[in-house]
Amino acid sequence: MPRFADLNTTWFALIGLLWAGYFFLEGFDFGVAIVTPLVAADETDRRICLNSVGPVWDGNEVWLLTAGGATFAAFPLWYARLFSGFYLALFLVLLALIARGVSFEFRGKFDTPRWRRTWDWANFAGSLVPAIVWGAAFTDLVHGVPLAPDGRYYGGLIGLLHPVALAGGLASLALFAFHGSVFLSLKTSGDLRARARRAASTWGIAATVLVGTSVAWVALAGRPATPGGISGTLPLVLGVLASVAVAAACVVVWSGRDGWAFISTGLAILLAMAAVFARMFPEVLPASNRAANGITIGAAASQHNTLVVMTIVAAIFVPFVLAYTAWTYWVFRQRLTRPPAAGTSAGANAAAPAKGIAPAPGSA
Amino acid sequence: MQLLLARWEFATVTVFHFFFVPLTIGLGFVVAVMQTLAYRRHDASWDRLSRYFGRLFLIEIAVGVVTGIVLEFQFGLNWSAYSVFVGNIFGAPLAIEALLAFFMESTFIGLWIFGRDRLSPRLHLATIWMVSLGTILSAFFILAANSWMQHPVGYKVVAGQAVLTSFWAVLGNPMLWGSFTHTVFGAFATAGALVLGISIWRAMREDDNSEHRSSFLQAGRFAAIFTFVSTLFVGMSGDVQGRLMEVYQPMKMAAAEALYKTSSGAPFSLLTIGNLKQKPVVQIRVPHLLSLIATLSWNGQVQGINNIQAAEAAKHGPGSYVPVIPLTYWSFRAMVGAGVLMILLSGWGVWLCRRKQLNRLVGNRWFRRAALWGMVLPFIANTTGWVFTEAGRQPWIVYGLMKTAKGVSSVPTADIALTLAAFVLVYVVLGGIDAWLLVRAARLDLDHADHGDETAEGSETASLVY
Repeated sequence: MPRFADLNTTWFALIGLLWAGYFFLEGFDFGVAIVTPLVAADETDRRICLNSVGPVWDGNEVWLLTAGGATFAAFPLWYARLFSGFYLALFLVLLALIARGVSFEFRGKFDTPRWRRTWDWANFAGSLVPAIVWGAAFTDLVHGVPLAPDGRYYGGLIGLLHPVALAGGLASLALFAFHGSVFLSLKTSGDLRARARRAASTWGIAATVLVGTSVAWVALAGRPATPGGISGTLPLVLGVLASVAVAAACVVVWSGRDGWAFISTGLAILLAMAAVFARMFPEVLPASNRAANGITIGAAASQHNTLVVMTIVAAIFVPFVLAYTAWTYWVFRQRLTRPPAAGTSAGANAAAPAKGIAPAPGSA
Repeated sequence: MQLLLARWEFATVTVFHFFFVPLTIGLGFVVAVMQTLAYRRHDASWDRLSRYFGRLFLIEIAVGVVTGIVLEFQFGLNWSAYSVFVGNIFGAPLAIEALLAFFMESTFIGLWIFGRDRLSPRLHLATIWMVSLGTILSAFFILAANSWMQHPVGYKVVAGQAVLTSFWAVLGNPMLWGSFTHTVFGAFATAGALVLGISIWRAMREDDNSEHRSSFLQAGRFAAIFTFVSTLFVGMSGDVQGRLMEVYQPMKMAAAEALYKTSSGAPFSLLTIGNLKQKPVVQIRVPHLLSLIATLSWNGQVQGINNIQAAEAAKHGPGSYVPVIPLTYWSFRAMVGAGVLMILLSGWGVWLCRRKQLNRLVGNRWFRRAALWGMVLPFIANTTGWVFTEAGRQPWIVYGLMKTAKGVSSVPTADIALTLAAFVLVYVVLGGIDAWLLVRAARLDLDHADHGDETAEGSETASLVY
């Protein structure tokens, strides 16, 4: 019977927090890249979109590496079974992250439209794929996947793509696109901001529907709760709250408060991840076929010594990381505006195609 | 088959990643030093150089970062049995590396790129030093993990898992301190050789007595000294590593020389033509050198492969405990050979520009050629060095505790083949683009204005760097 306050449970929660932080932060990076083709009217707009996450995307991605490393250290069996089981899914994400990672640095290094389009596409696809795969994978985790008695998953990539997981993948796509649109409307100005807000309204509705559907579907399709687990109501309540936060974000977007809208979409992501981890507890890899095949926190956890070392290191260094991360966001807090150089020639340029590409933007 | 493919995949993604790692560690430090000189001396020349080499650094760090993400998950993907066995110990340095090093590197690189006009010069200088510190810390923790595979310490095996008994023992592993010094100075030497080659190449092409030419000569002199000092440290730490190897991994030491019979006053062969095991056709040897490397004494005894094999088989059961000898033998020679050439090349450069006669760096035709070709040397040394370290540990994945064959995941062979093929393809393309961009960036004018510089004037307008 797992205790709530022991180190195993603490690390389970911390890893949940790392994933939640990752999706909160890289969620808007993904979203910005996904909505850029919809909201950017010209090259300057595309550069503004790219630069809105430019100083921070790399640091945001480290949350993933830290989650991976912490899982390896604190729950070796989880790390081993999850990533060798979800093999091709993880591989797709890795390829996507390679493509989008280099696109930031490579795009501006050669000045032809074709070169820039190539890397715009790499950034778009490299953000779209993980936005879907991560949602599908975590839906698989809460829903449970068929596991062999040794806790191995043999279902391949196809086995991960059942309907409820696909719904979860689309939900995360919509939620990240919403989160990213809201971030863009927070960071930009003028016509681009108006278009970002329009995109946010559309994605907001999609996200509300899809997140709500996924929560309901997972709850209804539910595997039986594992003995010692949190009763089915807490994860469900968290899931419902996440859906409510998405819906609330839609309303706030309409009322025009970008900051509050961003807090709401971020809160929705955090609540959704809280629901995921509460639903998995006390397992790290729940089985859909036979509860006993699942891997529990206790079975996966490292020994006490490792967890003590990790806890001390985290207690000392996490505050520093949070402090300089916060400082970075403070340094780059300004909205991005069209540079004066681009304003004269490309400004007129921007007004004309804007009508053609995006439905005429209302003035902000 | 799974094992073979998994090993090829790991070799591919690691070797490719490690083209970029030494460049990031080394160039990060070099750029930080250049920017410091520019700041302290209000020197426009160092400022130009720090921006110029900073551009090269950013291209390399981009590829280094994305290929590093793959490695964080490679253990779980293909080596899950290994991951379960070592996670208690091996996972901790990886997690700490992410928390201490990757966050620092990635956050401050963003501040450095975008903060040039937003932070005070002093604070902006501090950000590049934080990036450099991050890359060096990262090397420390990943080498802590690797050194544990070479020489496991601070553990006991409980129920099929190695569990941690002392984290200080893991951090105090003598192999770690040897390889950390070797790797970091190797990275400095890598960047140094690159900066030297590029500076000479550019200085040749600038007009005589132009400001840019003197800037590049200044960088060339700096690089020659920096490379020379770094390679000396690489040599000294390598020397220490040789003796540690004889104590902790005698088989690897014997495999480095293809020494089958235990010998006193063992020679070191520079070159062998013919069979390494039986009587070679031609062999050039330096008497007593292997004994000196391994034991620091003229007639010291170096254990031979045959004896060690017998001892290992008696200890761990029947089977071969001998690595692939031609691979270890030749990779060791390529590493040491490239390293020695780097010492000679950079020493030559230091000697040429003595008393600040910088023009002599480009005045000597042979040195110009050597400096250009010398840019290849660190990559040969880095790659063959790691091939030797890892191949020489075989058949073990954790020396003396777990064999490589036991560490692999139970993943369909087709999946590993697919991912291996995809990684090879993607990395070939990525490597080609990187090299092309690097050459383009190296050709740019020393006063080239980046994106962002032109929009920096109005402080209310955030600069668009990308």
